[in-house]
This record gives sequence, structure tokens and C-alpha cells, in this order.
Amino acid sequence: MSGAEEEGWDEGAPERLYVVTGGRSRAGTESVRLDLVTLIVSRDVPQPGMPPEQTALLRMCHYPLSVAEISAYLVLPVSTVAVLLTDLLADGRMEARAPIPAAALPDAELLKAVMHGLQNL
Amino acid sequence: MDYRISDQLPGTGMPGDRPGDRVPGPRSEDALPASTTSAVKVVIVGGFGVGKTTLVGSVSEIRPLTTEETMTQAGVGVDDIAGVERKTETTVAMDFGRISINEQLVLYLFGTPGQERFWFLWNGLFEGALGALVLIDTRRLEVSFDVVGRLEDRGVPFVVVVNAFPEAPVHPMEDLRTALDLPESVPMVDCDARDRGSCRDALLTLMRYLHTLTTAPANAIPEPQ
Ligand SMILES: Nc1nc2c(ncn2[C@@H]2O[C@H](COP(=O)(O)OP(=O)(O)OP(=O)(O)O)[C@@H](O)[C@H]2O)c(=O)[nH]1
Ligand SMILES: [Mg+2]
Repeated sequence: MSGAEEEGWDEGAPERLYVVTGGRSRAGTESVRLDLVTLIVSRDVPQPGMPPEQTALLRMCHYPLSVAEISAYLVLPVSTVAVLLTDLLADGRMEARAPIPAAALPDAELLKAVMHGLQNL
Repeated sequence: MDYRISDQLPGTGMPGDRPGDRVPGPRSEDALPASTTSAVKVVIVGGFGVGKTTLVGSVSEIRPLTTEETMTQAGVGVDDIAGVERKTETTVAMDFGRISINEQLVLYLFGTPGQERFWFLWNGLFEGALGALVLIDTRRLEVSFDVVGRLEDRGVPFVVVVNAFPEAPVHPMEDLRTALDLPESVPMVDCDARDRGSCRDALLTLMRYLHTLTTAPANAIPEPQ
């Protein structure tokens, strides 16, 4: 993958790539746990001098987008996207909306909503 | 790959397909409402060529997208004679699609290969997933057998979806159930992955099944390990 290497992990071991499941994206930085379907929304506009990846992220997440969609549109692995998002989330420039946790079993009301939505397809 | 764009919105003439000043991101008509607060996911798992991408494309409101993940895995011991840690890099693509459920909720569907060598993807994928559709091709049941066992071990609720290929041998469902060693409680449905209604019904079967699980604790699936 191109473009992101110089940003993310010149100082990092390859294990850093596994932030999506590891829930931590950079040593020493507390970060939001990102799932493939965590929704990301911009809270700010790109600033001059920002790295192009951050600019692209802020632009594309004007409306909510899942981490998986961001990864697809940027053609970057999910793990790379998670690293790129860390600072933006930490700065409050972007907001992460966590997926509904399906504990052991999902909630009956949630399932009803999904069924209703599917029936309208 | 021949995707079906299933929810083709009428041409709006809106920006988004301008090749020139193209910013990466969804076409404007593919944007989720700003009010969307949360997402849920369902995983479509099955062997090679079983129809995962087709199914996702049939029900998705956006053209299916692909996300890649690279995983460096420590080599498995066998040929580590010198105790040197070998690493192998694997890139796997997952197709996914999206269905907006209502103004707040969106459902994502991820297709993932069922072969054991791709199971490393499953941790992030199944975490928090509502459940799975196991797509099976009756010509190649072996993969499905492993997938079913693995999902049971992980405590992921699933339904079995038999994709009807014309040249595939037709088996009575009960024979398939026996072959896959499936408990009576696990639903099995026929499906044509190319047909939107058929795929939607398969998803509804999963949701109803999950609903019975939540409302009947006696049938509760084993706790994930
Ligand atoms: N007759 C029939 N053909 C199908 C059905 N589903 C898929 N196909 C065809 O089977 C082929 C493989 O389908 P895909 O959706 O690409 O399968 P896949 O599981 O995504 O395949 P891989 O990602 O390569 O493992 C395509 O040519 C589809 O058109 C079905 O329900 N009935
Ligand atoms: Mg496919």
C-alpha cells in the first residue's frame, strides 16, 4: 500500500498494524476502539498543511462512513486507516460512533428494527 | 467481476462522478444520513465461488466495496529449524455492502472466505457481529463443514443458506443437515444469491432465528470462548 507508510509506522513494529482488533493504534496513545463498522464523522474541515491522508479523511467523512468504507475508498488496509484516524479522533477533529455491541446475543428490539428495515427492501 | 447494482438511484446529475476533482469517498447519493448513530454487521461466509459477492451485491444499497487486510503471521513452527521466527504476509480482500435500516441504524454485510487459511480475519470480523449466513454449495461441502464447526466453537449464531446452482446435485435439506451435523434448531434455507428477494429472505431468517434465541434462553447458544 502506498502513501501511508511514511506517516504511520516508520518507528513501529509490524504488530502495530493490528490495531483494529488490538484496540490501540499507537504505543502510548489512548485511542478509541475501532471496528470495521465504527462510523466516523468529521467535526472539522481540513486545515492548510495537513497531511493529504488527513485531508482526505476529513473530506470524505462529511457524512458518517464506516471504517470499512473508508478503507475501500482510500484503498488502504483497515489497520492503516485506523492508524490514520487516531490523531484526528484524539484531536476531536473527527468523531467515532461505536457499533452496537452485540454482547452474547443482540437485543430483541434491535433485531425487530433490522427485520423491519429488511422487509422494506 | 460482474456486480449487480441493485438499488440504482435515478441519475441526479449531482457531483460525485466528476472524474476531475474527484475526492475519494462515496457518491453523494451513497452518503448515509447524518443522523446515523450506529451500525451492526452480518458476515456471509462460504467457500470459494459459492456466491458471497453475488449475495452482498444483490442486497446492498451501494455498489459492493472491497477492503483489504494484510496480516503478518508468525510462521508456524514446522520448518523453523533454527528457531528463527518466519513471517508470512497474507493479503485478503473482503467484499462488503450496506443496507440502511432506518435513520439511525445501518447494517453492513461482509463476505469472507471460509477456508481455514483465512480464519485469521475472523477475530475483528465476528466481534460484535449479529450473526452469520453460511453459504453452502452442495458440490463442495467440506469447506462448509469446517466453517460450521468453527462458528459453533466461537458461539456465533448462524443459519445455513444453500445456494442453488443449476448443476449442483439436489439434496433434501435433512440429508444436508445430517451431513453437516447441524442441530435441528439451526435454520436452513434455499437461496439464489442473484435474487434480491431471496437474499433478503435469507437475512430475515437469520434475524428471526436470532430473535428466537434472545427470547428463548433455553435455546441459548454456547458462550463464546
Ligand atoms: N446459478 C447460480 N449462480 C450463482 C449463484 N450465486 C452466484 N452464482 C454465480 O457463481 C459465480 C461465483 O459467485 P461469486 O459471488 O463471485 O462467489 P464468491 O463466493 O464471492 O467467490 P470468491 O470470492 O471467488 O470465493 C458467479 O459467476 C455467480 O454469478 C446462485 O445462487 N445461482
Ligand atoms: Mg467473492
